[in-house]
Amino acid sequence: MMVNLHHFHGGLVLDGHKSESLRRGLLQASLPQRLILPLRQHIGDYNKPLVKVGQRVLRGDIIAASSSLICAAVHASTSGIVSEIGQFPVAHPSGQADSCIVIDVDGDDKAAIADIVDPENLGPEELIQRISRAGIVGLGGAAFPTSPKLSRGKSHGVDTLIINGIECEPYITCDDMLMRNYAVDVIRGCGYLQKILAPRKTLIAIEDNKPEAISAMLQALAEHALENAEIVPVPTIYPAGGEKQLIQILTGQEVPYGKLAFDIGLLCQNVGTCAAITRALERNEPLISRIVTCTGDNVVEPGNWEVRLGTPVSHLLELAGGFRHGDDAYLVMGGPMMGFALSGANVPIVKSSNCILVMREETIPHSPGYHDECIRCGKCTEVCPARLLPQQLYWHARARAYERTQEYHLFDCIECGCCSAVCPSQIPLVQYYRAAKGEIRAAQKAQFKSDRARARFEFREHRLLLKKQQDEERRRLKREALQQKRKQAADSTAVPDLVQAALERVRERKKAEQEETR
Amino acid sequence: MTSVIVSSPFVAPGNKLKRLMLHVIVALLPGTVAYAWLFGPGVIVNIILAIVFALVFEGAILRLRAKPVMPHLTDFSAVVAAWLFALCLPMHAPWWLVGVGMGFAMIAGKHLYGGLGFNPFNPAMVGYVVLLISFPREMTTWYLPLSLSDTTLSLADTLAYSFGGADIGQWDALSTATPLDQIRTGLGQNIPLDEIRQSPLFGAYGGAGWEWIALCWFVGGIYLLATGTIRWHIPVSLLAGVLTLSLIFYLLDPQHYAAPLFHLMSGAVVIGAFFIATDPVSAATTDMGRIYYGLMIGMLIYVIRVWGGYPDGVAFAVLLANMCVPLIDYYTQPRVYGEQ
Repeated sequence: MMVNLHHFHGGLVLDGHKSESLRRGLLQASLPQRLILPLRQHIGDYNKPLVKVGQRVLRGDIIAASSSLICAAVHASTSGIVSEIGQFPVAHPSGQADSCIVIDVDGDDKAAIADIVDPENLGPEELIQRISRAGIVGLGGAAFPTSPKLSRGKSHGVDTLIINGIECEPYITCDDMLMRNYAVDVIRGCGYLQKILAPRKTLIAIEDNKPEAISAMLQALAEHALENAEIVPVPTIYPAGGEKQLIQILTGQEVPYGKLAFDIGLLCQNVGTCAAITRALERNEPLISRIVTCTGDNVVEPGNWEVRLGTPVSHLLELAGGFRHGDDAYLVMGGPMMGFALSGANVPIVKSSNCILVMREETIPHSPGYHDECIRCGKCTEVCPARLLPQQLYWHARARAYERTQEYHLFDCIECGCCSAVCPSQIPLVQYYRAAKGEIRAAQKAQFKSDRARARFEFREHRLLLKKQQDEERRRLKREALQQKRKQAADSTAVPDLVQAALERVRERKKAEQEETR
Repeated sequence: MTSVIVSSPFVAPGNKLKRLMLHVIVALLPGTVAYAWLFGPGVIVNIILAIVFALVFEGAILRLRAKPVMPHLTDFSAVVAAWLFALCLPMHAPWWLVGVGMGFAMIAGKHLYGGLGFNPFNPAMVGYVVLLISFPREMTTWYLPLSLSDTTLSLADTLAYSFGGADIGQWDALSTATPLDQIRTGLGQNIPLDEIRQSPLFGAYGGAGWEWIALCWFVGGIYLLATGTIRWHIPVSLLAGVLTLSLIFYLLDPQHYAAPLFHLMSGAVVIGAFFIATDPVSAATTDMGRIYYGLMIGMLIYVIRVWGGYPDGVAFAVLLANMCVPLIDYYTQPRVYGEQ
């Protein structure tokens, strides 16, 4: 089986900066004093805490979960006492706080009792259930819960399973390190995915700047004789690791507009997710740790650490020897192209944290500052992997002509940052697009709210009108009934005649009496 | 630690506007040197004058608009516009002509629209066309290549002329029509092309001297392509436009329509293709759009040269195509990823 590689539009060859964090091999991070575990570390619905303050938890205990389908449970990453449940700063582009469970670590790292079942004896549904119970999410960065994705893939039917070991962002090496150290786990994880999805073939794509990872994976693949699986070295071009781009490289297909990879018989999983699946199924170890790269030109000893989820970034920074340039530090979670700035080092490592990039404040291109005007040179168009016209988008985004931005496919922008990285006028293009997207979403939300309010109002008006009509109808009927009754009474009774007769009788009697007295 | 939240990407862009403009200036050097070598120091005087005027006008209007002056002046966009504008002028031009043209280019052509990035028309061409229409005598007084004239022109002579100290009369012996003009007048008098081209004004392919300059522009253009300053779409389609139309008519009637190579090697076709039409601000911005844009300019150049009222048509062709850019861009949007 040979795979013909294709190209995606644009992209950039970037300075990798990968070697800095690869020098020391994989390191085990020590346990911090306390863990901060956000209730939501995935895309989807919120979990509810299942523990109370003061409660003792063991490593692997589920501490937060939800009945929602698009959700992933949170487990205690080590043993300790729940000391707080409340709002804490978390790693999020908004810099806002979120609900977290804080565990004071006791240091025993005592594990919860595990019911290990040989996964070979489990069917696809049971495997998915166990993956769900382990709280596994996509570890490539998006953190979409894995089990619903697998269920959906299974029901759609998967032709090609794509395993993403690209790691195209500069500086990040956690997947590289994972493949070097846990290639067997990754391959066995692929095996379980094959069992669940029954794909026709499995392609494990690794960027060709990771020769050690490729050879480790080749060896593991040979030892485990995975059927119809192949390791595909892919040229190093950013953003080859984007799901849509990787699909294009491997299959030449584009995910049609408004559809998902399932719709063309594809399903992508990150190598880290595969390894986590193996751990969960074979060792009953839920997702409580991950490999995190800590690197950048402002950290003393860059490297990769296997870190318990919930570990504060500051703890990892200490392990990496702290800042090289004193106070001038700038923390980014993720890579330099798509990561986001952290509000501080007190935020915890979560399921999606692949890298802590420690930069210097002075090397960060700041905005909004002075930048030149767009000269429409079109360099952004050349590199855009979504084949957009970034300069037109910028023009309309800047003018707040949001309808026009949508005509120019604003929401197809994957925010890879290629356009910003080549702009000769140094325009922070992606920031303009993010702002525009935010405004549009806010407007849609407001629109939705006002639509709902209007609908409610109109319904109320309608209801009141209806009631009024009914009341009137009732009154009318009553009135009519009354009139009817009166009429009937007038027709049928001789009340006035009786009176008349009585009066006449009286008159006659009086007349008679008068005549008698006379 | 900082609390300033900036969003990604966190890498400083490698390209610089200033560097792009410097590449253009470097690419202009061989042609400019050849031009000055063949036609005298007046070319350089024009360029320097134009640059000074451009910077003064731009600086003044930036100040008026309360915009940062130095960052804009040092992006070299005004220098490039001035340089290209000066290259369009006759090699000896009075100083005020340069000033009027540059003033119009910078104020009306560039800043009244909002400055760099907002001008729908190529400012250098706006300035040039205003002069061409308003000062036809000054703008059509061209001079012989030095190799064809008996007298030599010193820098002092040139400066004396530029700044109004010299009498135009004594220069009349040197003035001449451009090769394109010559062909136009000749054909108007029903002289066959072969005979017209007997004049010493013509070289092997184009005008004497002019063909060398065109070659130098071509070299500069290759440099621009190699450095990624411009892309191939506009120059290739522009040249294709000129060559196709001229070839068709040349094949139909070679005595009345000049050869494609002549059209290519005379006038402003090559500099237009690589330096003028590629001004990104006023050009189409999609790949397909740039091809239509270039083709349109190339064909218009030929049409204006052969049937229009002016011997050369690059400036008009570019301005006409500038007007069509919003339309071209709108209808040539690339297919977005995943779009059927």
